[in-house]
Amino acid sequence: MRISIEDVHFVYPGGVEALRGVSLSIEPGERVAIVGQNGAGKTTLVKHLNGLLRPTRGRVRIGDWDTAQVEVHRLAQRVGYVFQNPDGQLFCRTVAEEVAFGPRNLGYTPEEISQRVAEALALAELEDKAEANPYDLSPSWRKMVALASVIAMDTPIVIFDEPTTGQDVRTIRRIERMIEMLSQRGKTILTITHDIDFCAENFERVVVMGQGRVLLDGPKEMVLGMEAILAQTYVEPPQLTRLGMRLGFEKTVCTSEQFLETLRRRLDHPQSDPRAEG
Amino acid sequence: MAVIEIQNLTYTYPATSHPALREVSLTVEAGEFVAIIGPNGAGKSTLCYTLAGFIPHFFKGELQGEVRVAGQDIRRVRLEDWVLKVGLVFQNPFNQISGAKFTVYEEIAFGLENIGVPREEMKRRVEEVMALTGIEDLADRSPYALSGGQQQRVALASILVMQPEVLVLDEPTSQLDPIGTREVFQVIRRLAHQGVTIIMAEHKVEWIAEYADRVIALAEGRVIGTGTPADVLTDPRLPDYGIGISRYTAVARRAAGEGLWPAERRLPVTLDEAEAGFRAVEEAHAHLH
Repeated sequence: MRISIEDVHFVYPGGVEALRGVSLSIEPGERVAIVGQNGAGKTTLVKHLNGLLRPTRGRVRIGDWDTAQVEVHRLAQRVGYVFQNPDGQLFCRTVAEEVAFGPRNLGYTPEEISQRVAEALALAELEDKAEANPYDLSPSWRKMVALASVIAMDTPIVIFDEPTTGQDVRTIRRIERMIEMLSQRGKTILTITHDIDFCAENFERVVVMGQGRVLLDGPKEMVLGMEAILAQTYVEPPQLTRLGMRLGFEKTVCTSEQFLETLRRRLDHPQSDPRAEG
Repeated sequence: MAVIEIQNLTYTYPATSHPALREVSLTVEAGEFVAIIGPNGAGKSTLCYTLAGFIPHFFKGELQGEVRVAGQDIRRVRLEDWVLKVGLVFQNPFNQISGAKFTVYEEIAFGLENIGVPREEMKRRVEEVMALTGIEDLADRSPYALSGGQQQRVALASILVMQPEVLVLDEPTSQLDPIGTREVFQVIRRLAHQGVTIIMAEHKVEWIAEYADRVIALAEGRVIGTGTPADVLTDPRLPDYGIGISRYTAVARRAAGEGLWPAERRLPVTLDEAEAGFRAVEEAHAHLH
């Protein structure tokens, strides 16, 4: 399902202009990360996709629906949204009930609900915690419950707001596996993140926002090397991208695979890079 | 001079059967910047709460062993005196906000008001920390109507204004953008140079590598490593404990596996070290050709 954001402006009550003409088009199945400084308008923008906010000017379309014309509960069939803080969205007595809440509200049959719950629990690696109370789990596992409860709604579009904040490396790996699985099922995935290394390793397309506008939008290998523009919105290139730049790599590298591949090629053909000679 | 001395600390929260900290011993000198790393549930926050006196005075539970901060036994101090010596910046900035004040400026002044600091000094100190933490433009905003990153800076400012001898920070940059993170690390580094003792629980190892003097690694409540960032962050056991390592260390370890890292050189933890190592590899190869 295509997302189409057309020249969207948004002014909060009180006069803060959070979006100043944003246009983006996202195709079904894309994996897109949105980065940018605190206050750049990232969360304001994604709240337009599930109708929590409506444009002051401009238009947002999810497939054939204009979000200004569609009620929030109907948009929930197309757009799932995982908040940054899981405690803002958990309220049931068991993990299984929590995860079943969304699909139940979308009107699925009991069989469909149990199938979706089982799948979501598997994707979130929560099978052995189905009967636990979410609040007896550690914050990391509560995060996975929040993710599962949105994934169970089986929406074509899933939005993650800062999924890795405060998480340790094992939880981040779980989230990465989950994103990979969702992607293989054809879901469109949008993530807001400050974790630029996580962005570089898991997303193909990167949108850079600053002061309510899109500063850069394109494949990560194009966007993440543009140090000067990233700095305008308080973002630094990923660690390995910076290392590649220091070493004079001609191509922007984002992952350790890309880094090692470039390194091997340079070692095999030192003459191909003038800086390696002499 | 050791400001923090912990010997054989074992602590169990009320109504739990497993200790959150087990036989922890460590010493921290005045003006040292010590980072605590470890997976979620390793005991990082518990250690922060103990240094701040919340354990045992607020959380109760069972505390064994010795915890001395600035020469005082943590069991004997009164929490209301202690908060003036040891400042704690919570992991969730929302928990730090008093709820008693309508503006960020007043929120930051709240602690000083409570201890009766004269008005002129109060204003000077509040304005100083607002500048230091980059939140001057938020002075008149409600502390509740802020983004996570802004709230995190306000929480930090409200503790810094008290000028504690020991500053304990529990993931103080989790909601900040990368440049905001760098600014906070720089502020903390400067305070350490001024003699403030810093304990920071943090996952962002690439920043720890650059700014901390020493790293303590915790797993399942135990200290599993302590030393310079270069020593601890290249410990090959860290991934097994669920502790993240920097991309520089990770990529160099893979490169080393195919002979693409200088044999005698320690794995890098910072950008500079990684650059130096890989340059050496390229130079060695250039001579071969």
